Amino acid sequence: MPHTHPETELHNPQSTRPPLDPHLKALENEAIHIFREVAAEFERPVMLYSIGKDSSVLLHLARKAFYPGRVPFPLLHVDTGWKFREMIAFRDEIVEKYDLDLVVHTNPRGAVENVTPFTHGSALYTDIMKTEALRQALDAGQYDAAFGGARRDEEASRAKERIYSFRTPDHRWDPRNQRPELWNLYNGMIRRGESVRAFPLSNWTEVDIWRYIQAEEIPIVPLYFAEKRPIVERDGMMILAEDPRLELLPGETKREEVIRFRTLGCFPLTGAIRSSATTLDDIISELETATVSERQGRAIDRDQAGSMEKKKREGYF
Amino acid sequence: MTAPAVANAALDEIAVALPSQEPARATRDSRPLRLITCGSVDDGKSTLIGRLLWDTKAVKEDQAASLQRDSSGKQNDLGLPDFALLLDGLQAEREQGITIDVAYRYFSTDKRSFIVADTPGHEQYTRNMATGASTADLAVLLVDARVGLLEQTRRHATIATLMGIRQFVLAVNKIDLTNYDRSRFEQISHEFRELALSLGVRQVTAIPVSALKGENVVYDGRASMPWYEGPTLIEVLELATTRSAQTVGFRLPVQRVSRPGESFRGYQGTVAGGSVKPGDSVVILPSGMVANVTKIVTFDLVRNAAVAGDAITLVLDRQVDVSRGDMIAAIDSQPMTGLAFDAHIVALQPEGIQPGKRYWLKSGSRRQRVQVQPISQLELKSGKWNHADELPMNAIGKVHLTFDEQAIFDTYEQNRTTGAFILIDPDTNNTVAGGMINARRATIGGIHAEEHRVIMSLPADLADQLMATEIFASRREDVDIRRVNAAKAIEAIDAIDE
Repeated sequence: MPHTHPETELHNPQSTRPPLDPHLKALENEAIHIFREVAAEFERPVMLYSIGKDSSVLLHLARKAFYPGRVPFPLLHVDTGWKFREMIAFRDEIVEKYDLDLVVHTNPRGAVENVTPFTHGSALYTDIMKTEALRQALDAGQYDAAFGGARRDEEASRAKERIYSFRTPDHRWDPRNQRPELWNLYNGMIRRGESVRAFPLSNWTEVDIWRYIQAEEIPIVPLYFAEKRPIVERDGMMILAEDPRLELLPGETKREEVIRFRTLGCFPLTGAIRSSATTLDDIISELETATVSERQGRAIDRDQAGSMEKKKREGYF
Repeated sequence: MTAPAVANAALDEIAVALPSQEPARATRDSRPLRLITCGSVDDGKSTLIGRLLWDTKAVKEDQAASLQRDSSGKQNDLGLPDFALLLDGLQAEREQGITIDVAYRYFSTDKRSFIVADTPGHEQYTRNMATGASTADLAVLLVDARVGLLEQTRRHATIATLMGIRQFVLAVNKIDLTNYDRSRFEQISHEFRELALSLGVRQVTAIPVSALKGENVVYDGRASMPWYEGPTLIEVLELATTRSAQTVGFRLPVQRVSRPGESFRGYQGTVAGGSVKPGDSVVILPSGMVANVTKIVTFDLVRNAAVAGDAITLVLDRQVDVSRGDMIAAIDSQPMTGLAFDAHIVALQPEGIQPGKRYWLKSGSRRQRVQVQPISQLELKSGKWNHADELPMNAIGKVHLTFDEQAIFDTYEQNRTTGAFILIDPDTNNTVAGGMINARRATIGGIHAEEHRVIMSLPADLADQLMATEIFASRREDVDIRRVNAAKAIEAIDAIDE
């Protein structure tokens, strides 16, 4: 019988994982601290849940932060209606398994005006179905703080984000006039109508996320693992061709490839990568030798230079 | 990346390598080193970090491609893109060619990982430099080899020192534009050494650098500067130490009380100093109540101990009144409490710090009203503290803080968490200053209180009874009561009897 770690007495007999390495432990501690601070200082926090790997880590950390209590705020999923099927199934499973409160919001304009990534183009579609939808949902819930899983290593304007990102009553971010943020002393004082986006994963990198998922055995959407899947090639991206709403354009053909996704968004705007990584070990070693960044598969980042900043200023998460 | 040769004699004179209490670790430290780069506008900070990212292969192919695209012909004569565009991610920054806000970047070598805060050089954006400095282990100060030290260099070195940074790298950049002039490098290094010594900095390494050409950043610049045999920037960073441990006892600022049901009551927070284990006696401040720790709860483990940095939930052995903003501390090593403290602050907003105005002060999880009275302001050129009645934006000042109710602090020297605070303007809700506690204010009500203080160690019940009597009620300010639990007091008395 193996001897337990001398520093710890196991509470959950199934938890026989080795202790986290100090780097991940420090990131975890920081995130838990942020969760507790926001929950204590704000009246109506909400957690933005997009079902991706970062959201999965964020949720895991929220559960840790408030244990043995429940997660004391709802999860908000802004559903564009164009997510991968497997994401929605995964979301509902997780909500049930962990006894969470889930709020799902879709911009009603989507159905009325038949807004799709194909008809409106990725920029306008994202503006309506994500940015506008998020603002509607935040207003409806009168949320004064919204947790998000954004990381500073993702993109140049995200590198400039504070951990508490102040937003005006109309959800605007003013990157030129952010509040100073010293030590781990976060300023949560706002007026009615104003809000804060809080980013507990700010200092995590993509590799940290994967190593943490592995160490903590966090469930994630299976689309992250390589498998033979039907795809179609469009605008230099491999798009998953499972949804009947995806109409093939002249000259396009469906074919099967062993692929996986490094990042998950709306299926028509998210490119797959060729990969044979079927385990977390495979994914991590693939990442360590990757020569392209995580977001190269995301069409919305490429609309124009500085497009993420522009979207964020207007309220995009 | 070749190993540095033994530094030559001239360099020994320049590098101030005072004996460190924290010897550099030879083995890999798995925690990332946090560093800031600072200096004046156009010293090339963004270029330096861009070079660090480029040469450590942290720039991916698609990022490089979009960088080439955004550089749109602005390539330098080496055929490399404009590195600054990697860092200056905001539209306004690209338009004006300056860094406005701090950007955090992540990169690593075989030996270590790094978080670098690229902070603005403009005086106008000093607040963002202070933001980056508050969490950094090391500061890289850039100066333009042609220009030398500027007031901004002094300001940044001073703020970094006040914020507790004790390791400095002086990067004398654009050395290529001086024809690799050794005497110029030595002159600037000498000047900086004087400044560093006056600030009490114990570790300075000076490096002649061309960020643009990548000399002495990741790769050595021996071909152009055979006279320099010291380390490259990356070699210094790989060997730097992370922030040292706290020197005080157990501290837990209470963030929230967890009551998921009748049977559980726990106090949640991040250990801000020392360590704790079940059975330890703790004091709850400001009430002064005493209790014992029964359990340390985390998500998957009931722990036998927690140390500084751990986010935990603490369970105590009795019903005591504890709420957010209270501090749970070691009974035998308590923080200072009082109604007045002295501190250093950096004023961060255009309106400065106004005398007599009431601000919100946040320290740990505690937020309380405070009145701020400026005492003096640091004159950067001379290093002198001049009398000041108010502190304008970007001023570094000494102040008196006066509270309505008990404040709980350590000195910043002793504890970076419980010794630090921010000031929030109640009119705008903006963060207007960052502060570091020096000491309890020496005079309370005109009396030199420290000289008259009485320290009593008593069982908690007895202490409370005594303090409730008329005699003590009028002298509360003069008495420090160390509340101990009865068993410990009896032990202590027995020990004396023996």
